[in-house]
Amino acid sequence: MSQDYRIGGGQVDRTREITFRFNGKAMQGHPGDTLASALLANGQKLVGRSFKYHRPRGVFTSGSEEPNALVQLRSGAHQEPNTRATTVELFEGLSATSQNHRGPLEWDLMAVTDLMSPFLSAGFYYKTFMWPRAFWEKFYEPVIRSSAGLGRLSMQNDPDQYDKGFLHCDLLVVGAGPSGLMAALTAARSGARVILADEDFAPGGRLNAETLELGGMAGADWAAQVVAELVDMPNVRLMTRTTVYGAYDHGIYGALERCTDHLAESGGKPRQILWRIYSKRAVLAAGATERPIAFGNNDRPGVMMAGAVRAYVNRFGVTPGHHVAVFTNNDDGWRTAKDLTDKGVEVVAVIDSRDKPAVCEVPGARHVRGAAVMDTVGRKGIKSITLTDGQVIPVDCLAVSGGWNPNVHLTCHQRGRPEWRDDLQAFVPGGALPPGMAVAGAANGQMTLAAALAEGQAQAKAQLEALDHTVANVELLQAEDEPREAAAFWHVKDSKKRAWVDQQNDVTVKDVKLANREGFRSVELLKRYTTLGMATDQGKTSNIAGLAILAEEAGKTIPEVGTTIFRPPYTPVPMGALGGRARGKEFRPYRLTPSHKWAEENGATFVEVGNWLRAQWFVRDGEKGWRDSVDREVEMTRNSVGICDVTTLGKIDIQGRDAAEFLNKVYANGFAKLPVGKVRYGLMLREDGIAYDDGTTARMGENHFVMTTTTANAVVVFRRLEFARQCLWPNLDVHLISTTDGWAQFAVAGPNSRKLLQKVVDKEHDLSNEAFPFMACGEVMVCGGMPARLFRISFSGEMAYEIAVPARYGNSMMDVLMEAGREFDAVPYGTEALGVMRIEKGHAAGNELNGQTTAHNLGMGRMVSQKKECIGNVLSQRPEMVREDAVKLMGFKPVNPAEPLIAGMHFINRNAVANMDNDQGWMTSVAYSPSLGHSIGLGFVKSGDTRKGEILRAVSPVHGREVLVEVVSAHFIDPEGERLRA
Amino acid sequence: MIIHHPLLGPRDAAEFVYLGDASLIDRPDWQAEDAAQAFHAYGYLRDNPAGAHQELWYHEQGDRSWLVVTRDTTTHEITQVELARDVARVRGRDK
Repeated sequence: MSQDYRIGGGQVDRTREITFRFNGKAMQGHPGDTLASALLANGQKLVGRSFKYHRPRGVFTSGSEEPNALVQLRSGAHQEPNTRATTVELFEGLSATSQNHRGPLEWDLMAVTDLMSPFLSAGFYYKTFMWPRAFWEKFYEPVIRSSAGLGRLSMQNDPDQYDKGFLHCDLLVVGAGPSGLMAALTAARSGARVILADEDFAPGGRLNAETLELGGMAGADWAAQVVAELVDMPNVRLMTRTTVYGAYDHGIYGALERCTDHLAESGGKPRQILWRIYSKRAVLAAGATERPIAFGNNDRPGVMMAGAVRAYVNRFGVTPGHHVAVFTNNDDGWRTAKDLTDKGVEVVAVIDSRDKPAVCEVPGARHVRGAAVMDTVGRKGIKSITLTDGQVIPVDCLAVSGGWNPNVHLTCHQRGRPEWRDDLQAFVPGGALPPGMAVAGAANGQMTLAAALAEGQAQAKAQLEALDHTVANVELLQAEDEPREAAAFWHVKDSKKRAWVDQQNDVTVKDVKLANREGFRSVELLKRYTTLGMATDQGKTSNIAGLAILAEEAGKTIPEVGTTIFRPPYTPVPMGALGGRARGKEFRPYRLTPSHKWAEENGATFVEVGNWLRAQWFVRDGEKGWRDSVDREVEMTRNSVGICDVTTLGKIDIQGRDAAEFLNKVYANGFAKLPVGKVRYGLMLREDGIAYDDGTTARMGENHFVMTTTTANAVVVFRRLEFARQCLWPNLDVHLISTTDGWAQFAVAGPNSRKLLQKVVDKEHDLSNEAFPFMACGEVMVCGGMPARLFRISFSGEMAYEIAVPARYGNSMMDVLMEAGREFDAVPYGTEALGVMRIEKGHAAGNELNGQTTAHNLGMGRMVSQKKECIGNVLSQRPEMVREDAVKLMGFKPVNPAEPLIAGMHFINRNAVANMDNDQGWMTSVAYSPSLGHSIGLGFVKSGDTRKGEILRAVSPVHGREVLVEVVSAHFIDPEGERLRA
Repeated sequence: MIIHHPLLGPRDAAEFVYLGDASLIDRPDWQAEDAAQAFHAYGYLRDNPAGAHQELWYHEQGDRSWLVVTRDTTTHEITQVELARDVARVRGRDK
């Protein structure tokens, strides 16, 4: 295909040719082209099919507001759906395919939907697919999903990298059009730190698309000159290909920089960067977006925005047609006619809805006053237009201008509410703008070049002065105040054919009227009922016309109807960019225990415990399933000695003269009288009296305690202690530091644990039961002079210790312990065996401390002191929480020892019906007890402490299972605690 | 959002953990006659003002200070940031 529509001029580099493919067909363009301009240069008018009716559609605009020219870019895993051809920068080898058609683009089989359009009006789905109900999921939805819609995902992992970054500046300028450049130049020459961001790859905004002059210089040349000055300044960061998509609190802006989208390969660099820009002040110079007029068949390929036609002619040296007509309701549309004729393109007619003289000379063009386009002809590209006066004019392009809308989007991201201006027939920024933001240029309703430049300078000056910054004087060049008169004219009422308001969502004038008739009269309802203004373009070209037609139908003015509010993002932000590097394994990095390496080398299977990766069990040769390993670990520990890395428990070092008093306040049980060298179990309550967390706290010295928390609550308990220390009892002399990562801690449990430790702990320490009894603690030396801490505490119910060494020695310590334990056949055990042993012993854990249970439920009601001030004790005494018949933590064993139990089973009295009215409680934790040879369970049952020996039904309707269980003590093993104290 | 930490200067809100109404500082007297009622109000009842709101933020990714931040709930404007410990003392929790 040759570039039949390429004309002279423009900013593309004609010395180089780029080959690209569209639907497999090779085409040529130049550096500086967008995919849209290159497609137009090659005469490719038809580029896609519409969302709902599969109507043939072409390029409609020249910017990010594009509703029609959405294409699938690249292939394989790099495939990206719904990219706007108007913003895609052309590169060598680019391959794009059109979307949403079955069969070739030219002969879409689904185009049949267009014939059914009388039945597919607004609210069609809601009205039609009501019955039969079951059809929705199985039939209607799949059919609709496959026939409607946009592009397709690759269904592969995104191979690109994304990054996040943070920037700071005095002044952020959003948009590098004339007012943005002027604002940036003023601030830059004043020495302020400036960030200038623009979504385009070529800064200059409309100056690149127009033939306007500044001080006798072409606008685009002036822009290039300013940009050249700015890029050399150390206090300026010019960010092209960067969309500022959201205005957030306190001067923070979100921006997406497309770093390698314009290259064939990313070369290992991040494809896009999501920037968080911290600005002291901002100037929004986002320009304006042209809006169409609705008339019959106004969606045919070749019908385009007049400003876009101008941009293709002036900037890209491409004409969208050879016989062009212009249809306008304002003076600006005439510029298109003039620029085209100046470039030698034939303009056959200018149709002005206003009955007024020509705005400028357009040689060779018919000027049709006070008329409108009523209909068009041409399936795959416009062939002729029919006017309201009956004239039929053959054309291959129709440029339409319905006036310009200031891009107020970012002003609305907080509390701004746009205000209507009659003279512009448009909304301008209004209400409370984001603090620190000023708006300049067309975005603020300054629609002429001279006014835009002046306001850009003035707003930058005002912003700098607000920061007490001196302001350099920048000469304002002479520029045009071009004619800009506009009339209110939104749709052609005489038109009998379907007239499109929102082309991306296939919403017609008729749909908007129907919505009004059916009572969807608020703009927000209109949007949701008709889908007007939804999807990738968010109604940038369609919203106002929709509002205007709604207002007309409802007999109101546009400001009375109001506008929907814009939310971030301004244009779509890929999920990949929002995720950044936090994906896959990096989404939530693992914390590894100090003995992780040892565990890996010794057959551990790991399990995620919060952020931690812990050894779950250690497989030995010949073991067929996890139960074999777990049962063995339990048996070997109970028979001799087992070792487990328990570093993940939270460890908080508490020091200060008032440390004991502080603990007394945060624990429900007493701590003030805990002697030095002793450990105590502690239960924390929430202020509402519910059990919160438990653990042991050791008194290492008069003013020094070491607290442990559960693994899950390590962070929140520490946070809460800081709250108690700073906010509730600010005068206590107490200091906290988390040492969870500082100490590697190992449980050494079993009847041979003392013998093992005696080999590791230096000889001067007496570990005999008399010298170091149950619940003793102290600082010791191990391995010939290495400091360690030793605690005689037990989670397993066996004689047991926990030994802590500095974390960097953790892996070696595991080696030392295992080596010393060789003669006792010491076994490493994982979290499963740990869990089995704690259930056998009847210790509560996360399943029991689940945020719904009280100390009373846990059988620890008497621990809650009423003689001291502590968190939770007041509300824990509320009548409902200390009921006699409250559920109590008990043990359960199956009457038939062969039957397994299931956690979550509910207890029902033997002769009662299994329903919630007869519910007696529930099973919280179950395990197979290798020590007892049958399954055991812990659970809560009403008045449990009085029901020992009773037989209940344990029912799980979910599993369809039922087991008869006997209520027993929760302490299955060693209820008297003889082993602990041995 | 940016919180101007009294000790560390402007810090991004992402470094903080939010707790809620700063009335949580005013923990009732556990020995008072109406302690149960007072703790009920302390635990469950909150004002929900449209406007200035004093609230607790914890600088967890920083120096672990609890702060009392006065924030306008309608605009997110922050008018005052104090160390919660100082506020607690002023409110009589220094006994």
